[in-house]
Amino acid sequence: MSIRGSNLLTLGGLSREALLEILDTAESFVEVNQRTVKKVPALKGRVVASLFFEESTRTRLSFETAAKRLGADVVSLAVASSSVKKGESLRDTIATIDALGLDAVVLRHRSSGAAEQVSRYVPHVRVINAGDGMHQHPTQGLLDAFTVRQVLAARRGLSGSETGSSLFEGLRVLIVGDIRHSRVARSDIAAYATLGAQVRVAAPGTLLPSDISNWPVEVVDNFDEALEWADVVGLLRLQQERGTGAFVPSLEEFTFTYGLTQERAARLRPETLITHPGPMNRGVEVDSAVADLPSALISQQVSNGVPIRMAVLYLTVAAPKENS
Amino acid sequence: MNSEEARQDRERGLAFVVKSQLLSVEDVSRALTRMAHEIIERNLSVEKLIIVGLQRGGVAIAERLAKQLAHIAGVPVRFETLDVSFYRDDIGSNPLKTSSRTTLSGNLAGSTVVLVDDVLFTGRTIRAALQALSDWGRPDAVQLAVLVDRGHRELPIRPDFVGKNLPTSLSESVRASLEGVWLGVKPQ
Amino acid sequence: MKIVLRGGLVIGPTTSALTDIAIRDGVIVERGTSVDLTNAQVIDVSGCWVGPGLVDLHTHLREPGREDAEDVASGARAGAMGGYTALTAMPNTEPALDSVALVSFVLAQGAKTPLDVAVAGAITVGRRGELLAPMAEMAALGVRIFTDDGTGVQNPLVMRRALEYAKPLGVRLAQHCEDEALAAGGVMNEGALSAALGLVGRPALAEELMVLRDIELVRLTGGRMHFLHLSTGRSIALVAAAKAEGLDVTCEVMPHHFIFTEERCGHYDAQFKVHPPLRGELDRDALRVALHTSAIDAVATDHAPHAPQLKELPFDEAPAGMLGLEHAASLTYEALGEDPSPQQFFELLSRGPARVGQLREHDRRVGLSAHGGDLSVGSDANVVVFDPAARWIASKENLASRATNTPYDARAMLGKVRVTIAKGRLVVNEGVLQ
Repeated sequence: MSIRGSNLLTLGGLSREALLEILDTAESFVEVNQRTVKKVPALKGRVVASLFFEESTRTRLSFETAAKRLGADVVSLAVASSSVKKGESLRDTIATIDALGLDAVVLRHRSSGAAEQVSRYVPHVRVINAGDGMHQHPTQGLLDAFTVRQVLAARRGLSGSETGSSLFEGLRVLIVGDIRHSRVARSDIAAYATLGAQVRVAAPGTLLPSDISNWPVEVVDNFDEALEWADVVGLLRLQQERGTGAFVPSLEEFTFTYGLTQERAARLRPETLITHPGPMNRGVEVDSAVADLPSALISQQVSNGVPIRMAVLYLTVAAPKENS
Repeated sequence: MNSEEARQDRERGLAFVVKSQLLSVEDVSRALTRMAHEIIERNLSVEKLIIVGLQRGGVAIAERLAKQLAHIAGVPVRFETLDVSFYRDDIGSNPLKTSSRTTLSGNLAGSTVVLVDDVLFTGRTIRAALQALSDWGRPDAVQLAVLVDRGHRELPIRPDFVGKNLPTSLSESVRASLEGVWLGVKPQ
Repeated sequence: MKIVLRGGLVIGPTTSALTDIAIRDGVIVERGTSVDLTNAQVIDVSGCWVGPGLVDLHTHLREPGREDAEDVASGARAGAMGGYTALTAMPNTEPALDSVALVSFVLAQGAKTPLDVAVAGAITVGRRGELLAPMAEMAALGVRIFTDDGTGVQNPLVMRRALEYAKPLGVRLAQHCEDEALAAGGVMNEGALSAALGLVGRPALAEELMVLRDIELVRLTGGRMHFLHLSTGRSIALVAAAKAEGLDVTCEVMPHHFIFTEERCGHYDAQFKVHPPLRGELDRDALRVALHTSAIDAVATDHAPHAPQLKELPFDEAPAGMLGLEHAASLTYEALGEDPSPQQFFELLSRGPARVGQLREHDRRVGLSAHGGDLSVGSDANVVVFDPAARWIASKENLASRATNTPYDARAMLGKVRVTIAKGRLVVNEGVLQ
């Protein structure tokens, strides 16, 4: 099903067509972002609240820029640093800002499922998940897939939308690192697998979820061989703040076993792409020099954040609610 | 039935029940040639022209017009595409249309823009296009060329160059392309 | 005033009989088909089961400390609506019931209700799992069950000492079986679903390891142990094997564990958050099968009221626990399957728990009457009338409990409590509190 007029809580369950619709729409917004006047009136008069219970300046700015470039009014509540702390009912918080007359809420929260819970409390508002706990970070998954398609299509002299999902067919994607605690991994895997890629994951045993039998992935035994196999290597941030300390003996040991060091990067085929959702722990999951290779798409990922989020806001908010 | 629905039906490839064919492929070709001459008569400096096809029905027509103009004038004529989805005034009240390619770029100051569409109906698409154009700066003039004007304007907009004036009723729909122009009824 | 229950099927421990029952002055005074109806309130209960009042071994009455969620009086009303005549107040209140003063307070609050409210005392001071609470003093007040429920006693040495100390007191320890280190941070069952939802799991093994450890401690000490709210097939199998060996262990299961699976957590609805967590289908089905065996001594409720705003916290921050008293009988009836045995129904909900909680004899020390009996003439009149043919829809709107955190809202229910008579008093009639 399409995200038109709906919430965007997770990439799980979205069809290939729905994902492509978002990617193709984002491509139009890339063009908008290259104009002198980087603004269209598609959401003129709409009110988008960004509600970040967990601070992430980059994601918040990206969403707020996207909303403003669509002509929406943005209400920004940096609740992470305000009085809203652990123990306040989600319903109370959302009821307070809903009184402002919202069309959409962009929600970041430390708890998995917070976006879905909020969507139950304000059924008339479109809820866009900007990262919930260890669950999902849908726009990150979308912009990763978008960036990969953009680069692969450009190599063939095409635009991404001209290639549809064809470049994902059989694409070999290796996702490395703290899968267990990563909402980015969950969204990336959903996006890549739905678009037709083969996805493998590589991580220390403790940083894999306890049971991924229902995930569309294979677990890699030999990381070094998998690097040679991969067309795309998706690195993840080692989430020290989520208590990974108890999961690996030390950062040095993580780097030793699963860091993309210069030696390991030498095993990659020249055309293999490297992604990282940022912010990077240089020297931990990725060597600083590797992060600056031309095949590392980190800066493209950042700049694609705005058009992807414009596409998501446009599709979810501008469209009338599609009732079942 | 309104223009938006008709446009969406076209996009979705819904069955279009033909009542009659009004222009043949040759008729269209002749009409466009005539329009090209009219455009040149009106615009003495062809090099200032930018022919802008509106996505999606206007693009092929605009491209043909631009070629005709170049052929007649003997100089290259700039051709661009513009998608006005994000500027429409009916966003939110109708099913959303995903955008298609816009190639327009740079500053339009000093140029004369000829907007090209297949069918002129309520005028709302043109209003959106005029709003969009302003984001690229201030052209010296904007003109409008359409293959078919079927009437029923809802805004004070009139075309400068028309292939065929076609009085229609609101229960009818019009399909216009380089291949011909047809009158039909909207499928129930 | 005399009450006559007329035309019901009276459910004894092994047989059932179509007979009337007359109650006066707190006792059953007459049975038969021609009891004297003079000056009696006659209630037609034909088509219904007439059995011993239900006994809950596991009730969180929240007093003292969280009276905004429930207190002894409101919990007793909920119990009566659910057919209960005896409740066991769990000690994880604020402060914990770890002293004579606190136990006496709750017993006194219970005495103001029409039901019998037994009290479970804490095993350790403040339920901190370190120093033994004054179990002998509390036992002298009539406490027969001790538990640190909410969490288990984690330290095996402390549990060993507690078993050794409790044994000569004639009381039973009850363990919340979850190894907290293994379950740390967990908010739902560990498995594929928790991994997909990004929620930290509580593995089944956390429960099973604790069951296994405590069975071995019972073997070592010769003590008595009751296993609270077992949720996995393997836990039940471990207890069954220990029973077969002759160890003095008992166990209970909860309706939510044999009704629901973890799928209910799939949309982060904290009403379904509970410890131990809702498990997978295999475990739920294993519990259902075990209901028909002697492996399970009791169905208990783990009735856990929470103020509504707490259940609106994010899933991982919301407190665990759900209401149970008002729906347990219907859910047990449903889970017993086609043509359920009324004997087994009352064994699980009344006679079994009365045995475990030592509530079968009238106790003068606390003034508790006898529960889980055979409804013979002369026995204390704790009686429930259950209509197995009734069909109704549960609703959070009309609960007797002060809290509303029921997971059964809008659920179709099979069988309904029609009448509750506690200590000879008609407390619920036609499903309405009197």
